[in-house]
Amino acid sequence: MNNKVPNNRAWLLVLPMLILVAFSAVIPLMTVVNYSVQDVLGPNARFFTGTEWFESILNNDGLRAAFFRQISFSLIILAIQIPLGIGIALIMPKRGWQASAVLILITLPLLIPWNVVGSIWQIFTRGDIGLMGWSLRELGINYNITRNAVDAWATIILMDVWHWTPLVAMLCYSGLRSIPEAYYQAARIDRASKWAVFRYIQLPKLTNVLVIAVLLRFMHSFMIYAEPFVLTGGGPGSSTTFLSQSLATMAIGQQDLGPSAAFSLIYFLVILLVSWVFYTTIMNMQKDKSPQGGA
Amino acid sequence: MAEITLKGLAHSYEKAPSGAADYAIRQMNHVWHQGGAYALLGPSGCGKSTLLNIISGLLEPSEGDVLFDGHRVNELPPEERNIAQVFQFPVIYDTMTVFDNLAFPLRNMNTPEYRVKPKVLEVADILELTPLLKRKAKNLTADEKQKVSMGRGLVRDDVTAILFDEPLTVIDPQLKWKLRRKLKEIHERFNITMIYVTHDQLEASTFADKIAVMYEGQVVQFGTPRELFERPAHTFVGYFIGSPGMNFMAVEHTDGQVMFGAQPLPVSEKLKIAVANARSSDVSAPNIKLGIRPEFISITNTPDSHSMPVQVISVQDLGTYSLLTFKLNEQTFKARLPEGHPPLKETAFARFDDAKVALYIDEYLVEAGHE
Repeated sequence: MNNKVPNNRAWLLVLPMLILVAFSAVIPLMTVVNYSVQDVLGPNARFFTGTEWFESILNNDGLRAAFFRQISFSLIILAIQIPLGIGIALIMPKRGWQASAVLILITLPLLIPWNVVGSIWQIFTRGDIGLMGWSLRELGINYNITRNAVDAWATIILMDVWHWTPLVAMLCYSGLRSIPEAYYQAARIDRASKWAVFRYIQLPKLTNVLVIAVLLRFMHSFMIYAEPFVLTGGGPGSSTTFLSQSLATMAIGQQDLGPSAAFSLIYFLVILLVSWVFYTTIMNMQKDKSPQGGA
Repeated sequence: MAEITLKGLAHSYEKAPSGAADYAIRQMNHVWHQGGAYALLGPSGCGKSTLLNIISGLLEPSEGDVLFDGHRVNELPPEERNIAQVFQFPVIYDTMTVFDNLAFPLRNMNTPEYRVKPKVLEVADILELTPLLKRKAKNLTADEKQKVSMGRGLVRDDVTAILFDEPLTVIDPQLKWKLRRKLKEIHERFNITMIYVTHDQLEASTFADKIAVMYEGQVVQFGTPRELFERPAHTFVGYFIGSPGMNFMAVEHTDGQVMFGAQPLPVSEKLKIAVANARSSDVSAPNIKLGIRPEFISITNTPDSHSMPVQVISVQDLGTYSLLTFKLNEQTFKARLPEGHPPLKETAFARFDDAKVALYIDEYLVEAGHE
C-alpha cells in the first residue's frame, strides 16, 4: 500500500542548488558551446557552422602533435613523481622536530607561484649566470634549452618534478601515518620482508591517497601552461608547445574564437574522460572478483 | 617447545626512569609452562600489553631477562621467536584473499607450495573459514577477519606459543562466546602455550586454566579462577575478581578486640591474634585490612551472638540473586542475598562467615581466617 500523497513541490528545494551549479558550471560552459558552433564576425554578424570547427581542430596537425606531446609529458611526470613521492614519504622522519622540519622543507616548492617557478628555472638553466646551466657547461656538456629540444624537455620535466613531487610525497606521508602500528607488528610476527610489508601493507593502504595524487597530478600536468611558457616559450621550434599554450595562442593571439571554443571543449572532455576511466578502473580493481556469499 | 620464563623483568618507556611510577612493568618473575592456557587479567594501563609485547619481542625489556626454555632471547626479534600474536583489532592483508592471508607466514618462510596448501586448508577447516578462502580479506566481517588473524598464527608449525591481546574486543557478544570456545578447542588440539590478555574476568576464567592478575605493572596473583575467588592474594584481586568485588575494612586491634572504627568485629580468635601481631610497613598509619566477599555475608532481621546491626540502603533484584547494599560504620558494603530472601527491615543484622574473612597487611594476603 502506498498512501503517500504525491507532492512535486518538493522539487523547488533543489532550485537553489540548480542555480548555483548553473552559474558555476553550466552557463560559462554554454557560452563556450555557443561559440564552438558559430562563426562570430562581429556583434551582429554570426553564422551557424555546425561541427565544422570541431572537424578542423581534430584534423589540425599542429594540435595533434601538441596533444601527443601533452600525453607523453603527463605520463612521464606521473611515472617519475608517483614512485619518487612514495619513496620520499617512506624515508621521511616519523616523529620529533625532524619530521616537522622535513615537512616544511618539502612543502616550500608548492608555495611558489607558477610564473615564478618558470622564472627561477629560466635563470637557473642559463649558461652564463645560471648555476645549473653554467655547471653543466663547465663539465663539458653542451646544454642549451633554447636550441636543443631534448635539453628543453628534460628541464621542463625536472622543473615539474621539483615543483610537484612534494604534493605526492605529502599525500603519501599522511597515508602512511594513518596505518596502525599493529599492522607492522603483525607483519614482523608473520616474518614479512621489507618488500612484503611495502607490497601488502603500505601500498594497499596508500591506494586511496594515490588515486587522488594521480588524478591531481594528471589534471595539473595536462593543463600545464605558465611554467614551460616562461621557461622555453614552447620552443625550440614547437618542441615544448603543450595544449594550453596552443589554445592561448589561438584564442588570444589570433582571436579565433570558434575554433578555440571547439578546442576547449575537446580538451575538457579528454581530461574528464581520462580521469573517469582511471578512477573507475582503480575502484573496480578493489572489488571482490568472486561472487558475494562465497563459493 | 617453549617454557617462557621472565626473570627480574622490568620495563620503562622513559629513557631514565626515576621512580616506580615510571615503570610500566615492575620487577617481575614468572614462568609460563609449555602447553598451558593462561590469561593475563588486569585493568587498562596495568602493563598487560607491554608484557605481551616483551614476550613476543616487539619490545625489548629495559631490565631483566626473557628466557625461552632457559635461553635468553631478549635481543631476538619476533621473527626469530617461534611466537604468534593476535592483536586487539584484526590485522589482515587487504588485497589478498583469505587463502593468501593464511599462506602468508608460510610463504615468507619459503615453504614449498605443495606443503602450503594442505596446511592452509587444515587451519581454514578448524576455523570454519573454508567457504571464504577465495574471498578478498578486505570484505570480511570483523569476526571473520579476527579468525584470519588467528589462523596466520596457527599455520606455522614452528609456533609454540600464541599471544592474544584482547582479541575479542571488536566481536559481537554471541560470537565472542563461539570464538572463545574455538580457541579452547584449538588449545586442546595443538599443544600450544596460549596467553590471553583481557580485562574481562569472565573471558579470562572461561578460557584459561590459570590466570595471572596484573596490577600496576606487577603480577599480584597467579592461580586458578577458583583460587583467585577464594583466596585473593592482594586486595586488588579481591576487588577486581567477583561481581561485585570484595568488601574491605581498615581495622585495628584495641583492648583484645578487632575494631572497625567504633564497631568491634566478631571474628575468630585466630584472626584476632593475627591482627594483634600484624606489623604494617608504615608504623604511623598501619595498613591492615579485613576482606569479606559479598557471597559470605549473611543477613537476617534478628540479631544473634555473632552479628552486627547494619543500615540497609537498597536491594537490587538481579534475577537469580539479589544484591544488598548496606552501611556499617559509615562505609558501604555489598552482600548477596539468595533468591526468595524475606524482605529486610531498615536495620538488619549482618554476620560474616568466619572462615572466609581474610587479613591483608600492606594490601597483601597474610592469613586467611580458615583452618
